[in-house]
Amino acid sequence: MDIFYPLQLLADWLTYGLIKIGPESRLGSSANFFIYDSLKILILLLVINYFMAIVRHYLPVEKLRDFLASRKWYGLDYLLAAAFGTITPFCSCSSIPLFIGFLETGIPLGVTLSFLITSPLVNQVAVVLFAGLFGWKITILYVVAAILLGVIGGFILGKLKLEKYVADYVWQIKSRKNKTTKNKLPFRDLLKLFWREGWALTKKITPYVLLGIGVGALIHGYVPAGFFEQYITADNLLAVPIATIVAVPMYANAVGVIPIMQSLVEKGIPLGTAMAFMMAVVGLSLPEALILKRVMKVKLLVYFFGITTINIIVIGYLFNAFVK
Amino acid sequence: MNSVKIQVLGSGCSTCKKLYELTKEAVAEMNLGVEVEYITDIQKIVEMGVMSSPVLAVNGKPAMTGFTPDIEKIKQLIKENAK
Repeated sequence: MDIFYPLQLLADWLTYGLIKIGPESRLGSSANFFIYDSLKILILLLVINYFMAIVRHYLPVEKLRDFLASRKWYGLDYLLAAAFGTITPFCSCSSIPLFIGFLETGIPLGVTLSFLITSPLVNQVAVVLFAGLFGWKITILYVVAAILLGVIGGFILGKLKLEKYVADYVWQIKSRKNKTTKNKLPFRDLLKLFWREGWALTKKITPYVLLGIGVGALIHGYVPAGFFEQYITADNLLAVPIATIVAVPMYANAVGVIPIMQSLVEKGIPLGTAMAFMMAVVGLSLPEALILKRVMKVKLLVYFFGITTINIIVIGYLFNAFVK
Repeated sequence: MNSVKIQVLGSGCSTCKKLYELTKEAVAEMNLGVEVEYITDIQKIVEMGVMSSPVLAVNGKPAMTGFTPDIEKIKQLIKENAK
C-alpha cells in the first residue's frame, strides 16, 4: 500500500461523498484526480523544499564552482557540472552571471555548458512532480537522461573549440573576490530560516503547480482513453523530432508542464515523445536564447541549441524504444 | 545611517524588476531619502563576484542574492549592512 492512500480516501470522500459527483462522470473523475494529485504534490513539495533549503545553505553555487575549478578533473568535470546543475536553483536570470562566473575561474567552456544544459531540466520541484505523477522508476530515468544530456552536449561542444565565439568582453572581466560573509546563526535559528525559505518557495510555485494539475485533470477526465494513439504512435519516427522542434522556441517552467505531460501520456502519447517535448520546452527557449546572446556570439548559440536539440531527440527515441 | 547607497542588480528579467520595486517600497517606508539604483549591466554583477541574480547591494556590497518576496527582510538587510 502506498503512503498516499489516505489522501486517495480523502479525495474520494470529498468528490463522491461530499460534493456528490460520481466517479463515472467526467467532472467527478477530473475533480477526484485534481484533489488527490494536488494534495499529494503540495505535501511532497513542502518537505523537499525544506530539505533543499538546507542543502543550499551548505552548498551555495559559488562553493560548487570553486570545487570544480580547484583541480584538473580529466573529463569527470562534465559529470560533476551536470550533477551540480541538478541541485542548484535555476532562474534564467542567473544564467549569464553563472556563465561568466564559471569561465572566469578557469572552468572549461564545455563543462560550463554541461551545467547550463542540465540546470533548468532538473530541480527538486520537477523531481517531486515527476515522482508524484510518474513514479520513481521514470523519475530516476529522467534525471539520468538530463544529466547525460548535459554531459554529452557539453563534451561535444567542448571538443568543437568554440571559445572564440564567446563574447569578447567575457574574457576580460575580473571579478572582485567578494567573500560574502554569512553571519553564523545558532542552529535553532537556522532551522527556522530553512523553514521560512522552503515555505516561501512552496507558496510561490503553488499557483503554477495547481494550474498544471488543473489542466492535467481536465485532460484526465474529458479526453477519451487512447485518444492520441490514432495520431501519434511510438513507431511514428517523425513524432519525436517534430515535438522537439516545435517546443524549442516555447518557454514554460517545468512545474506547469509536467502534470500536463503526464495526462497526455496517460491518453496515449508515447512517453519518449512527451518527454522530448518537455525537455525542449523547459531547457531551450527563445527568451533563453536572447539572454545568452549577450554572452555568446551567434555561432556558439547555434551550436549550443543545435546540439542540445539533437540530443533531446535521441533521448526521446531511446525512451520510446526502451521504457514501457 | 545617512547616504546609504542601495542598488538592485539584475539581468532585466521580471524577478529582478520585482525586487527593484520591492526595494523602492522598503526604502520609502524607511524614510531613507535615497534613490534605489537599478543596474542591468551584467559586468557589474559579475564584478561583484556574485553568480545569481537579482542582487541587492548596500554600499557596493552584495547583501542578498536571489529573490525574496519579503519586504521586511529587505528592510532588515539594509539596516544590517548600512552600519
